[in-house]
Amino acid sequence: MPPEVLSAPLIVEFPFTRSTGPVLGAFLTGLRERVVLGVRGSDGRVICPPAEYDPVTAEELTHLVPLGQLGTVTTWAWNASPRPYQPLDTPFAWVLVRLDGADTALLHALDAPRASVRTGMRVAVRWAEERTGAITDIACFVPVTDAATPTDAATSTETASAPGTDDAAPTEPEGPAV
Amino acid sequence: MTSAAELLAGIAELAGAEPITRVTIPARLEYAYSPGTAQTRFLNALREKRLLAERCPQCTRVYVPPRGACPTCGIATSEQLELPHTGTVTTFCIVNIAAKGLDVEVPYCYAYVLIDGAHVGLHARIGDTPYAEVRIGQRVEAVWRDELGPSLASISHFRPTGEPDADPESYRRWM
Repeated sequence: MPPEVLSAPLIVEFPFTRSTGPVLGAFLTGLRERVVLGVRGSDGRVICPPAEYDPVTAEELTHLVPLGQLGTVTTWAWNASPRPYQPLDTPFAWVLVRLDGADTALLHALDAPRASVRTGMRVAVRWAEERTGAITDIACFVPVTDAATPTDAATSTETASAPGTDDAAPTEPEGPAV
Repeated sequence: MTSAAELLAGIAELAGAEPITRVTIPARLEYAYSPGTAQTRFLNALREKRLLAERCPQCTRVYVPPRGACPTCGIATSEQLELPHTGTVTTFCIVNIAAKGLDVEVPYCYAYVLIDGAHVGLHARIGDTPYAEVRIGQRVEAVWRDELGPSLASISHFRPTGEPDADPESYRRWM
């Protein structure tokens, strides 16, 4: 009988440090201060996350504009089995969110029951409590009704009764993913 | 070229904020590594200060660590044998940059040691000697750690035996 085959964890890690440059540096600084920035392109469109160079002319872009903290889901994919280091440890939707004031969409996570997720739904930023200047300063997005203001949606408990926005109990029970 | 601070200065709610200029983004891969049956035998034998190898039945090359197959002939290796703890330096380099998590002072010497009877070099550190005196052809022997485990770390390093250098004809085919 052959001996039992060995197995051991093997972790390969490269701790890359990157220069962020003016545009992404400003974007990340904004996230730390709870402000999402887009950049205005030569055709007048606002790009978020901001591009460093114009998609049409390739010129350097510098005109940053603060955006709203509410947005619209433009497409999504359900993640039934989150992996380590993903934004949420309970099932969530990967979403592209077009923030109010922007013309392009940002990739992030949406904390909402699967049955409620749809293209066109309105969502708001939920900020991380500790922010360092990283995309993870946005903890995730949460659903809102249009009656809610961005401030309410992100911080108050008044909207906590809306599906998936209860900060205290983000893991609300739901049926298995279909 | 503008800076992040200059761009932030034009935005009322962010003017004066300490700008982010660098971020550390680790690329991390987590594996469950299994060495297979041949290397499992090799690694387990290291607990007993034994160096196990395998010989190819076709070309007769001896591989250490064994992989269960001959990469030249592409056939399974069946014959197992045990090698001595001595060998010859066939090439080396001086390492001047400390790798994260490695408990060895730089600079140090890292070498291929052709174990006597083997036909591939074993990677190993050369110690107990000034690194500037390490040379191709130098005879070395394994220094084992007190704590042995199923790992090549059971061999702390190799040190010079003091024997005369090996005849280049004995290792030139296996450099």
